[in-house]
Amino acid sequence: MPRAVAVSPGTKTPEPVAAVEVRDLTKRYPGDVRALDGVGFTVPTGTVFGLLGPNGAGKSTTMKILTTLARPDSGTVRIAGLDVVAEPRRVRRVIGCVTQRSGVDPAATGRENLTLQGRLHGMSRAELARRVDELVELLDVGAVAERVAGGYSGGTKRKLDIAMSLIHRPRVLFLDEPTTGLDPEIRSEIWEHIARLARQERLTILLTTHYLEEADRLADRVSILDRGRVVAEGSPGRLKDDLNGDAVVVELVEPGMVGAARRALDGLTLVREVVAEGVAVRARVDDAAVAVPQVLAALTADGVAAASVTVAMPSLHDVYLHYAGRSIRETER
Amino acid sequence: MTETITQSWYMTARLLRGTRREPLFLLIGLVQPAVWLLIFGQLFHRVTDLGGFGSRSYIDYLTPGVLVMMALTRGAWSGGDVLIELDRGVLDRFLISPVSRAALIAGHLASQAITVAAQSLIVLALAYAVGARFPGGLAGVAVVVLAAMLIVLAVGSLSMAFALVIRRAQSLTATIQFVLLPLVFLSSAFMDARLAAGWIRQVARFNPVDWAVFAGRSALAADPDWRLVFMRLLWLAALALGCGLVAVRSFRAYQRSL
Repeated sequence: MPRAVAVSPGTKTPEPVAAVEVRDLTKRYPGDVRALDGVGFTVPTGTVFGLLGPNGAGKSTTMKILTTLARPDSGTVRIAGLDVVAEPRRVRRVIGCVTQRSGVDPAATGRENLTLQGRLHGMSRAELARRVDELVELLDVGAVAERVAGGYSGGTKRKLDIAMSLIHRPRVLFLDEPTTGLDPEIRSEIWEHIARLARQERLTILLTTHYLEEADRLADRVSILDRGRVVAEGSPGRLKDDLNGDAVVVELVEPGMVGAARRALDGLTLVREVVAEGVAVRARVDDAAVAVPQVLAALTADGVAAASVTVAMPSLHDVYLHYAGRSIRETER
Repeated sequence: MTETITQSWYMTARLLRGTRREPLFLLIGLVQPAVWLLIFGQLFHRVTDLGGFGSRSYIDYLTPGVLVMMALTRGAWSGGDVLIELDRGVLDRFLISPVSRAALIAGHLASQAITVAAQSLIVLALAYAVGARFPGGLAGVAVVVLAAMLIVLAVGSLSMAFALVIRRAQSLTATIQFVLLPLVFLSSAFMDARLAAGWIRQVARFNPVDWAVFAGRSALAADPDWRLVFMRLLWLAALALGCGLVAVRSFRAYQRSL
């Protein structure tokens, strides 16, 4: 059964340079819905990679294929050198996964959830007990570890989810929207945990999120997916530099005027993309010094009152808009 | 193989632990058989006067039918448990861990079979308390409990397969409501087949509910025909095995649809 490519966890075999290698992935759903249309990217070992894109772009489908849950129609995926279609069982031993839906058994305590997961991975009793204690401490869930998980808060449940996905010391961790629906403080706490774990456990992380600031802060590289294709890839810094230009953010006096403000700015030739952000509109322009007077004039002409104008460097959000062509927040709604 | 058995035990223990923490569901499962036993027992008390039931009282006749019906109901709803785990993401998490698909199904089935065995003993005690007598003794009790367990394995497998392939709670509910009562009434669970119309007698011969009821009732009576009892148990076991394989296979259909 063992083959030459064997890379079993714990042994000192040289690690492949790429922890995740995806090539020409395609997948259609019944009714000829093309979910993936030739997706490819590479994640070097020990790095954090962000997969971004609007709903229906193919992020979840990609994650499902990479974690052996779904099969591609064509294309190859190698995780730590193992082919996901040919050797799904071996791939499952080297990956951990936190999905959008929790996966915590609400009838079991935190410790029981962790222990079961470790047993399914065939860990020995003593090693498992040590590892459970270690993760309970690392993720700071000691206070509730003996309580039934059904009563956990959203943030605590997520932390338990992460601990469960790490029990067997995976090499690659998949995080599918791990902080969606959590309070901002808890979100940043979770990300601190993930960043620290990535360092301590020398993990390769592949994450999807629609909080672009998080991807900007955490990911070494990102891929932007749209309609089943990779439309941009690179480090967040590089992608932002490539945009060269500025972002003009106009805060409005009345929230109800956001639509009117967008229409006014859409009409300007020197404005590239416009997006609503709460009570503000954000426009990407080549040169803010030239654009700001025109932006204000256009707003005034349409009867939209501006409370403030800020000029900023392009954010990952602007990059996203440029390539995916629509706002992540608009489509996620 | 040993790994699958170990993993099946972990899954069984997980689900039984849930039942132990929420014993309410176990008790709710006992309400239906208790009601059938008490109400039907009283309602059709005199039905034995029609003849054909032998010398037994109706409550003796009814008890195995009620047990099998309880097992049938429990098995039929097991697809609901799977739908809940699918919805919570628990099942997906197991599917991407190195656990065998057979162990996932076996865990559910074993925990249900154990639960139904415990419930069966309680129902038998209740039947005894309201006057039923079991001349077949311990061997008879063992057979009727085994028959109930085999029914839960077979029907539970089909229900889980249905849930994995169709994945809609409404469809599951509608199907159960459509299928359950005809299965019970097209058998000798409540009425001696000799008193029913000829076509019902014919249908009942192919009805697993009838196999289970027949095996249990014969074994509980004095002087059972063991050959016939074992044949029925054998058919039930073969059916349960076949249905179990269908359930394991249905994971493939589920994953293909992702």
